[in-house]
Amino acid sequence: MSIPVLKFDAVIVGAGGAGLRSAIQLSEAGLKTAVLSKVFPTRSHTVAAQGGVAASLGNSEEDHWTWHMYDTVKGSDWLGDQDAIEFMCKKANEVVVELEHYGMPFDRTDDGKIYQRPFGGHMSNFGEKPVRRSCAAADRTGHAMLHAMYQRNVKANTQFFVEWMALDLIRDEEGHVLGVTAMEMETGQIVIFHARATIFATGGAGRIFYSSTNAFINTGDGLGMAARAGIPLEDMEFWQFHPTGVAGAGVLITEGVRGEGGILRNSSKERFMERYAPNAKDLASRDVVSRAMATEIKEGRGCGVNKDYVLLDITHLDPATIMKRLPGIHEIGLQFAGVDCLKEPLPVVPTCHYQMGGIPTHYSGRVVAPKNGDVNSVVPGFYAGGECACASVHGANRLGTNSLLDLLVFGKSAGDSAVEDLKAGRAHRELPKDVADKTLARISALDNRKGGANVHETRLAMQRTMQDHAGVFRFGDMLKQGVEKILEVEKAARQLEIKDKSMAWNTARTEALEMENLIEVAKATMISAEARKESRGAHVRDDAPDTAEFPNGRNDKEWLKHTLFSPVDNSISYKPVNMQPLTVEAVALKTRSY
Amino acid sequence: MERANYERLRWRCIRRALLELDITLTRFLDGGEFEKLSDDQQQAFVELADMEDYDLWDLLTGKAEIDDSRLAHMVALIRKS
Repeated sequence: MSIPVLKFDAVIVGAGGAGLRSAIQLSEAGLKTAVLSKVFPTRSHTVAAQGGVAASLGNSEEDHWTWHMYDTVKGSDWLGDQDAIEFMCKKANEVVVELEHYGMPFDRTDDGKIYQRPFGGHMSNFGEKPVRRSCAAADRTGHAMLHAMYQRNVKANTQFFVEWMALDLIRDEEGHVLGVTAMEMETGQIVIFHARATIFATGGAGRIFYSSTNAFINTGDGLGMAARAGIPLEDMEFWQFHPTGVAGAGVLITEGVRGEGGILRNSSKERFMERYAPNAKDLASRDVVSRAMATEIKEGRGCGVNKDYVLLDITHLDPATIMKRLPGIHEIGLQFAGVDCLKEPLPVVPTCHYQMGGIPTHYSGRVVAPKNGDVNSVVPGFYAGGECACASVHGANRLGTNSLLDLLVFGKSAGDSAVEDLKAGRAHRELPKDVADKTLARISALDNRKGGANVHETRLAMQRTMQDHAGVFRFGDMLKQGVEKILEVEKAARQLEIKDKSMAWNTARTEALEMENLIEVAKATMISAEARKESRGAHVRDDAPDTAEFPNGRNDKEWLKHTLFSPVDNSISYKPVNMQPLTVEAVALKTRSY
Repeated sequence: MERANYERLRWRCIRRALLELDITLTRFLDGGEFEKLSDDQQQAFVELADMEDYDLWDLLTGKAEIDDSRLAHMVALIRKS
């Protein structure tokens, strides 16, 4: 079969913040740049980021990038690479001011500077007191950012391929990346994008969990493609969770609900937080509340048919107070839980929010993988930025407002590196003869398989397995079982069947292809989490508790290292954390406490 | 509505920027509500689905109102679904 080939200097997969930022660098350098996106760019999930973008502008009070760097290293529980963290924090002011020049409507101070507000974990003078570092555009920062960058790309003649799904990475025998195969949803046509530089900016994969704040689009397509092309995934055990999402839906319930007197209860209606945190009770910190909820569920005191959630009860509060102080909560209960929270408690569960791991990259945005004894060997022609990439700046946990900064800095950096490599003479390499065979075989198998697994049921089985076995608080025995279970789900995911065989707008096929990406991420997460026998940042294990020898369960002697999951044989290897910043002294190891 | 047009609309509803809209619009479509609508009502739904995510979400949660009575009626139907 003859497959059309479209030739570009650069192809970028994903049109959220990181993809758009990369594209600006490439198009403004005069390079012919294609951006592929499953949705219109301003429908990307970056829109959901409300908090702001961190930069030590010092507009409201004294601030310095070294303080921001210290906070980020500490937030990462020392798993972040300090060279990459220095690079990001130092670049923050530059990328924020650029964004301002692109037309981003930042909130302003009375004298016209970008207004900055405080955000959790961001401190002045190396952890001394909170600092105002977050730059925002009301509560629509991500949305405003995408609009500004999309317009800039239109001006720079970036070519957008909207409602196209990238399917597989193209690599030649020497491992060079030469582009992607992709499907136009409107026609079902498969096309080869042949490029001198390929940049992944596909976002996270939060949909591997049953309860996730991520929009449905976050199916880890970039990670799936990288894994199928033999590229390892880094630190996939680290996922950030929020304690109270609506069970089954994932929509967040603000912590303000507990602040106003909301009480968490188990299946016996017991106020279980009294046992875990006798003083703070329901107002204990996020991690304590999340762990307590997970323990109640694990020990069989969860609610519902599957005993897989607990209850958030505000029925004892004055309805007028609820409607006045917690606007929106009543509507959320009705819309997403089918519950009138004035009369009945809300079903809640710790909910996945952000993926810290991803495709391993250098801070230049170049993808790196082990080769010939070098754990950080550059994969020629391949770059990544944003949530799909692991630079690694978030390490074991991410600070709020550092995600928008990540996608700006590393989106730009990936773009700059691609420009540099192309201008140095990187040419289009010859496409392998079997360039699209694997993609066509996958599509053909989906179209022709009879008696295969149902996509919806397989996705649900994966999500439940991940939620039950690799959730916010992890148990050794559950992780072991989880590995077996997810490998069983993988077998089903390799045998998906779809009923709709049509070419145009076949959403069943698209969802099946997304599922093939999700399972790669789920498997990497479960196996990486089982293997890491310590607690660090967002990876907290019951069998790695807080002791005098290992505060917070963290064991630097054995586990101060990055996980690399190899999708080729499901094996794990490790590589050192870079503890050497570029120009300043390292942030020395110490116990992480706030 | 022709199959291809419907499937395109469905894709634009089940892959939004905001999870809240993914859930709400998927439920409306997959729950069979859309098929019960008149041609005019279906057109109103398409117009709502074309809106920016926050603008649509504000309508669906009652934070904002819309003058166009066709669209306002459709917002009410979606909220009830």
